Formats: sequence, C-alpha cells, structure tokens
Amino acid sequence: MWTWFYKLASPPYVYGAAAALVPWFLGAAALALGYGLIDGLAIAPPDYQQGDAFRMIYVHVPSALLSLTVYTVMAAASAVALIWRIKVGHAVSAAAAPIGASFTLLALVTGSLWGRPMWGTYWAWDPRLTSELILLFLYVGVMSLRSAFEDPERGDRAAALLATVGVVNVPIVHFSVVWWNSLHQGATIVKLGAPSMAGSMLWPLLSMWLGFMLFFAAVLCIRLQGEVLNRERQTKWVREAIMVRREVKS
Amino acid sequence: MDNTFWSMGGYARYVWPCFAFACAVLAWNLWSARRYHAAARLRAQRALQMAGGGES
Repeated sequence: MWTWFYKLASPPYVYGAAAALVPWFLGAAALALGYGLIDGLAIAPPDYQQGDAFRMIYVHVPSALLSLTVYTVMAAASAVALIWRIKVGHAVSAAAAPIGASFTLLALVTGSLWGRPMWGTYWAWDPRLTSELILLFLYVGVMSLRSAFEDPERGDRAAALLATVGVVNVPIVHFSVVWWNSLHQGATIVKLGAPSMAGSMLWPLLSMWLGFMLFFAAVLCIRLQGEVLNRERQTKWVREAIMVRREVKS
Repeated sequence: MDNTFWSMGGYARYVWPCFAFACAVLAWNLWSARRYHAAARLRAQRALQMAGGGES
C-alpha cells in the first residue's frame, strides 16, 4: 500500500498516470452527464410544489457538492505537501483551485436563478448562501496568494496554509442549514438516512453528480499535467519525455 | 420537442439559463485546462531548446 502512496509523490509517475486516465474519465463523464441530462430534463416528472423549476437541481446540487469536494481535495493535497514536503501536493492544490472556484460560482449562479421564482429574490444573506460565497472568496484567495510571491515555493506554502485552514468552512457550508435558520432547504441526498426524493427524480441527480465528479477528475488530470511540467521543466525526465514525443511526431 | 418542454411550465427563463451557464462552465474548464497544459508543454520545449537539447 505504501509503495503506491510513495509513487504518488513521484512527478513522472503522476504525469503518466494523469495522461492515461483523462480519456477514461472524460468518456465516463460524457455518458453519466448525457443520461442525467436526458432523464432529468425530459423524463423525470415535475415536482408537485415547484413544477419544472425543480429541474435546476440537476445542475445546482452537483455543482454545490463539487465545490465542497474540490476544496476538500485541495486542502488535503495542501496538508500532504506541508506535512511531508511532497511537491506534487502543491501541484494538485494549484490545479484544483480554478476548477473549484468555477464550480462554486456555478453553484451560486444556479442557486440564485432557482431562488428568484421560489423565494422571490436572487440573493439573501442566508447562512448557506453566505458561507458558499465565503468558499468562493477562499478559492480566489488561495489562487491570488500563490501568485503573489516572486518565489514560487513561498507562494505554494502560503497558499497551502490558507487552503488547509480554510477547510473549516466546508462543514460550515454543509451544516449551515441545520445550525441556523435558513431559507435554503435541508440536505436531500448527502445526509444520514435515505434520500428524501422519489427514485424517478433521484437517479438522474445521482448520474449528474457522478458525471460532474468524473469531469472534475478529467480536468484535474489535464491541469495537473501542466502544473507538473511547469514545475519540473528543467529536469531530465521532462526533457526525455519531450524528446520522445517529438520523435513519435516526426 | 413540443412547446411544453421548452416552456418548462413557465420557468423557462430560469431553467434554460441555468443549464446554459453550466454548459459554459464545463466548456471553459475543459478549454482552459487544455490550453494550460499546451502552454506548459511549449515552455518545456523552449527550455529544452535553450539548453541545447532540442536541435532537430
């Protein structure tokens, strides 16, 4: 088990593994998203209270869950990089940040579009919405801090520290609807006990969630290859990899 | 597709922009990640040429 863990600290291994995994993740994501979209938009019945407006759940919930998942991945990678001084951890953290920020923005915009017909407003300073907005600021902060230093290693360490400390916001976002009075509805699928949705509505939601996760994995792998190349471009293995690629092309 | 589908029970102006923005975010993520990787590869190739190992 530890051999596998140590391999993950090796930039050439991570670069090769990421390159090999991208087409599988992208293909599986396309299948899951395709099924989820068709079932969610055209087959699932309208909600008895919200009518067809509920279909926004198929984008809003997966993007909101992904915003928390990506932050957790980023914080875990940062902690690994800080504790064990594994440079690949910083690369994973840097690759995950813009993806997480974009999905947090998507969760906020889709939530806002859903809020207008249901709550009568695009925005309210509600605990769930506010903590999700803070999550977006944390992503932006981590990215800004990384690029604010001339010495990339110092930037990596500062960003990793902020990412690790900021993970405290993840349970706050998730449990905000339980801890405080909120306009936002409670958890639908990520909770103790059975999901509070009919199967005909739940399956497309689970499929979209899976599709978003697989898409994140694919995009993370592509960005990670770029990060590893940027950080290792003076090393022998990168030179050899580029020479081999040129020979294959010519 | 009939009109009922596109009208989304009167919520079309919220539902379709929601899905359109999601498509835009997915497309941006894929495009920017590929561009980032391609730029990194180019920088590595230039570094190789500067080091004198890239004559072809």
